[in-house]
Amino acid sequence: MRKLWIGLTYLVFFLLIAAPLGKMTAGAFSQGPVGLWNALVRPEALHALMMTGFVVVVVTLLNTLFGIMLALYLVRARWIGRRLKGLLNSIVDLPYAVSPVIGGLMIVLLLGPDSALGALFEGIGLKIVYAFPGMVIATLFVTFPLMVREIMPVLQEIGSQQEEAASTLGAYGWTTFWRVTWPSIRWAVVYGVILTVARSLGEFGAVLVVSGNIMNKTQTATTLVYQDVENFNVTAAGGVALVLAAFSVGLLLLMEWTKRRKGVH
Amino acid sequence: MHVEVRGLNKHFGDFHAVKDVEFGITKGHLIGLLGPSGGGKTSILRMLAGLESPDSGEIIFHGQTVNNLPPQERGIGFVFQNYALFKHMTVFENIAFGLKVKKASKTAIRDRVTELVELTGLKGFEKRYPHQLSGGQRQRVAFARALAPEPQLLLLDEPFAAIDAKIRQELRSWLRELIERVGITSIFVTHDQDEAIEVADEIMIINQGRLEQKGTPWDIYKEPKTPFVATFIGESTLIDDASELKGFNNAGGGKPTKALIRPEYIEVGSLNEFRVASATEQGIVKHLHFRGSEWLIEIEVNGHKLVTYRSLEKETLQIGQEISVLVHRAYLFNEDDSWIQENNLKDDPMPVFI
Amino acid sequence: MNSLLRHKGWTWGFRTTILLYFVVLIVLPILGVYYSSFSLGFGNFAESLSDPIAWKSVLLTLKLAVIAALINVLVGTMIAWVLIRYNFPGKVLLNSLVDLPFALPTAVGGLMILLLLGPGSLIGGIAEKLGFEIVFHQPAIVIAMVFVTFPFVIRAVQPLLEELDPSEEEAAYTMGAKGVRVFRQVILPSMAPGIIGGGMLAFSRALAEFGAVVLVAGNIPGRTLVSSVFIYGEVESDNPVGASAVSIILLTLSFLILWLINMVQMRGRRSS
Repeated sequence: MRKLWIGLTYLVFFLLIAAPLGKMTAGAFSQGPVGLWNALVRPEALHALMMTGFVVVVVTLLNTLFGIMLALYLVRARWIGRRLKGLLNSIVDLPYAVSPVIGGLMIVLLLGPDSALGALFEGIGLKIVYAFPGMVIATLFVTFPLMVREIMPVLQEIGSQQEEAASTLGAYGWTTFWRVTWPSIRWAVVYGVILTVARSLGEFGAVLVVSGNIMNKTQTATTLVYQDVENFNVTAAGGVALVLAAFSVGLLLLMEWTKRRKGVH
Repeated sequence: MHVEVRGLNKHFGDFHAVKDVEFGITKGHLIGLLGPSGGGKTSILRMLAGLESPDSGEIIFHGQTVNNLPPQERGIGFVFQNYALFKHMTVFENIAFGLKVKKASKTAIRDRVTELVELTGLKGFEKRYPHQLSGGQRQRVAFARALAPEPQLLLLDEPFAAIDAKIRQELRSWLRELIERVGITSIFVTHDQDEAIEVADEIMIINQGRLEQKGTPWDIYKEPKTPFVATFIGESTLIDDASELKGFNNAGGGKPTKALIRPEYIEVGSLNEFRVASATEQGIVKHLHFRGSEWLIEIEVNGHKLVTYRSLEKETLQIGQEISVLVHRAYLFNEDDSWIQENNLKDDPMPVFI
Repeated sequence: MNSLLRHKGWTWGFRTTILLYFVVLIVLPILGVYYSSFSLGFGNFAESLSDPIAWKSVLLTLKLAVIAALINVLVGTMIAWVLIRYNFPGKVLLNSLVDLPFALPTAVGGLMILLLLGPGSLIGGIAEKLGFEIVFHQPAIVIAMVFVTFPFVIRAVQPLLEELDPSEEEAAYTMGAKGVRVFRQVILPSMAPGIIGGGMLAFSRALAEFGAVVLVAGNIPGRTLVSSVFIYGEVESDNPVGASAVSIILLTLSFLILWLINMVQMRGRRSS
């Protein structure tokens, strides 16, 4: 019985994860390392990877900053009523329930060239949809809960007494945050950052809709993979996908490591 | 620091946690806020600290209203129930925190921390982290940390609640001595009457958000002002109708009046041991409990169960034995009033000279 | 610097910024979709949905997402069980690999499945000879959905199994219960909240999945066109009303599931 279950588990992992991963790696190398290299140094591939990099950096910065602040408010703030806090708390999870494509659609509807807001921004010369800002907003939308949900339980667990103790000892908000709160939440923040990076690196649906997937302008690594497949250029797609997969595996290892650190504290 | 509180009120949602509390505290005194859990003691303490803001009322330190001052500027030290030590800082860093925040010089910090470490007997533990300390040591660190910035008022929330019963005793006398030596006005919250009686100069009894009585432990014990205080402090037996007791039959002047009787108000013995035999009643010994230094005796008198102590030096009683009981005094109360009354048969109405 | 930060205006500015960010980023877009789908009146909304391509895509998505969720419930429960209860070489590695589908971009996941099962591949070739096709047909969509929702059930069941007190099980054995019975009456009930919650999460994620599906589905209207791909098509062909109409059906469904999951979790917490 036991052997059967373990065997089945290995089989599932092999079929669902190892085999596809192996096949893709093999596919990327099917025309040798040179083929892979050529797929990667295409100008559009380099540009797409760069775009992805920019999106990841900007989104991670913003999401971390706002995520920490919002988590602090949702757990600690007394100026928000209990009812309102409950409501806000459940709203945080909404992006989990929204299909990325719909997330993208929302932003197009709200900020697209045909919308009032979009027209307003275009009037002052700021293009949002089918441009970088729109891609950042779309990615911020889908990554929004990740940071907040990592930090909130930690804040709840440590309680507010240490912070109150700091305030009776004369420390104001800023000092208290850096000296007392931050050391307790930093591993949760690191974990949240990794999750955010992973998610923004791989975000596809929302970005595809918002960016318009314009080659050498708004194309990201994932949307390039999609376009390569649509153009039956599977080897080239495999090359870019392999880079993305390698990053993902790296992030996964980091996650495991952070999880252990988080457990210690 | 002289502390004064006027008309303090606090609501948590619909719950009226603190009701019209008023008191004044003399400089240098050690005050115990005593009462059952959830009675509003901690809320009062937190309002004094500025961690909670009152709905109405005034908090005055040194003649100045501090209602609008944040905790950072009230010059107080606060010891939390679970100490709330900064868990990622060493003992030294914990104690130094308040001084660093105030931007004291490095040498000044070191001197002050060293002084406090020695005062609290934590020498050699400076480099440890809170999780490497015992409960008693953590308490000392919390105490040293609160004292480091030289506050004018020290507030302690259930300072001994999280400590083993054995060490608690030792820490209590240690704390009392230390506070005396530092000479700082201090207020501590507790639900343990022994602790309050033993440590505090003055006790404030808080129940359901109200200040029931304020006074020295002895005053409160001797003359409880409200039935709650009478039942809460010391052991006592409640008699629903005081007039059923011999010597108290006119109690309350006809109004239904209840009586609280403490063990030490009662004397038992054979009839010839009493000076005024007519004031005694006959009772039956129901239970005997050996209390180490004395007997605790349950007696049944007129269908009421009374409890008293009896010295080991006296003749040992037997269960079922008939015995004379004298109730020296009782704490009486009815809807309008409460007072302490002596047994009115005790003073011999017709002294007979032999 | 500190006294500057302490100023009341700063505090209020800060608070407003954070809350505004929150509302503008999350709430406004969601309201926008609902508003947009009804912006041309209810008739227009109904018309958008009566398009057979639209409602067939919704039904197809529902059907395939249910199948994918059920597969994950079975496979996920088994894997959670094996990873908690047995010790065997490679266990730690497998446990870390569980999260890979979350970490991997969905488009990459789709590409991997396409490469493994596609027309030119070994498995695709065998399947074709046997007379059925995988890629660009419904099985491929289910596989893609199973892949991206793989971790949900496992990660929901594992902690429950870990918490399960072995003495409960032992108590059942000492009372003479047989293995299957113990499993059904002691172990299964304690795993149930995780299985249900994880299954529903998997279902809602499968409903929403786009990246992996779009690459393997072939997207033939009425047969392999799922809702998210349909929405994308409508956006591309500049028909935001049609896109919004299908969107709000999916959205409402997802919100309902999210709410149900919260209910299940709350009940689980109360009973434990």
